[in-house]
Amino acid sequence: MIGFLFSLVAVLVLVGIALVGVGGLGLKVLFGVIIPYAAVLTFFAGLVYRVVDWARSPVPFRIPTTCGQEKSLAWIKPNKIDNPCSTGAVVLRMIFEVLTFRSLFRNMKLDYREGPKIRYSSEKFLWLFALMFHYAFLVVILRHLRFFTEPIALWQQTLEHLDGFLEFNLASFAIGLPTIQLSGLVLLGGVTLLLVRRIIVPTVRYISLAADWFPLFLITFICLTGILARYVFRIDVVKVKEMAMGLATFHPVVPDGISVWFYIHFFLVCVLFAYFPFSKLMHLGGVFLSPTRNLVNNSRAVRHVNPWSYPVKTHSYQEYEDDFREQMVEAGLPVDKSLEEAAAEKAAKEAPAAPETQETEEKREE
Amino acid sequence: MYDSGKIITGLVIFLAIFTYPLWSNMGKAAPVPKPELPPKSVATQCVADTNYMRTSHMTLLNVWRDDVVRMGDRVYVSPNGKAYNMSLTNTCLECHSDKVKFCDQCHNYLAVAPFCWDCHQVPKPKEKK
Repeated sequence: MIGFLFSLVAVLVLVGIALVGVGGLGLKVLFGVIIPYAAVLTFFAGLVYRVVDWARSPVPFRIPTTCGQEKSLAWIKPNKIDNPCSTGAVVLRMIFEVLTFRSLFRNMKLDYREGPKIRYSSEKFLWLFALMFHYAFLVVILRHLRFFTEPIALWQQTLEHLDGFLEFNLASFAIGLPTIQLSGLVLLGGVTLLLVRRIIVPTVRYISLAADWFPLFLITFICLTGILARYVFRIDVVKVKEMAMGLATFHPVVPDGISVWFYIHFFLVCVLFAYFPFSKLMHLGGVFLSPTRNLVNNSRAVRHVNPWSYPVKTHSYQEYEDDFREQMVEAGLPVDKSLEEAAAEKAAKEAPAAPETQETEEKREE
Repeated sequence: MYDSGKIITGLVIFLAIFTYPLWSNMGKAAPVPKPELPPKSVATQCVADTNYMRTSHMTLLNVWRDDVVRMGDRVYVSPNGKAYNMSLTNTCLECHSDKVKFCDQCHNYLAVAPFCWDCHQVPKPKEKK
């Protein structure tokens, strides 16, 4: 649990840095302009570097994980998605993997509930929480685009409207408005469930490192600060958009009157962006580059030659016999081709290019 | 690099999508909305201070609605002691008479679609004297 505490403290320290940096020292340009640009630059450069680095690693052989019948004889029904035999099937498999997390759906758990027998049972929670988390995160990111686009497109307004379709009203608690957006709550719920799962399942807790806890805490705090900034502290969003548009159009401005709560949220998001290329979050790119998913399982139909195989110099028996045929015949050893056969073959080969052969022979003599 | 064609295509698509905020605003000015305040002859101050109204007017309006519709209470006493009639149409819109020049300025800027106008009639802007 060292990693757990370390990560929690690390995120709290980050919150403290923003709190002191903006609230205490007033470093608004640093936290509002310099750090965001640096973080986004790190994100793009780092992500491209990681993907190119992966692409430089050769995958000489087919290593797809197969979970179904391979394409075989005509009367055996193949499982095209789980054991793809063509590029089209791989594309289908990748679409399901990326959009519906199909491999998480297959997650199993092992237990000994029925005595000494090992039992495997389906475990769908990881898949369910992951689905909640990722899609809510997508909607939250798309909704945040309203701060970075002017005018706001119709699809953004529609999304905003759909996301807040419940029109919750808790005015008596003074948190009813602005309209509650469901994606934010689902995201916080999803990330909390993923965190709780990691804490309460002993096997998962055992293999968890700081690199697993830190992103979870970071995203939890991003959600919390975002929700607080929207519903409880109600930051001045017009000024926030003025600042965001300044960043997007490369004419940064730092308007006065934006609450420190916004800066805490914003700083944590910047940390997430900057941390992204160095972390497990790179599965954003990695999912497309996993050779266990994106390769066609055709090693029985196509020969795959290792690209870095050393070109081994061989000397076959046929070549050996060509070298020593006369001596072998003289010594009475059996030969594949008799002297006459070999001579006839040689003549047939050299006949069309007779003058050249002479030249080469002359050269050899030299 | 192996499969460079696919990798580079993928990266270009990724960068094109993720830099949407940068290229979609290229060469465009993003004017900050300027809600038109009522002339000084009509009013000089709102029911609460500007900062509170900028961030929390929606909460105030919701509290007003609940107080009026559910409690039958129509009197609001502002922090500076002045009493107001709790009414969107008769109090708020009395001064902020032009929805397009006042409400919509910031609401459109941030894609906010308040449901005030589901029930309330959009006021006709008063003619300037």
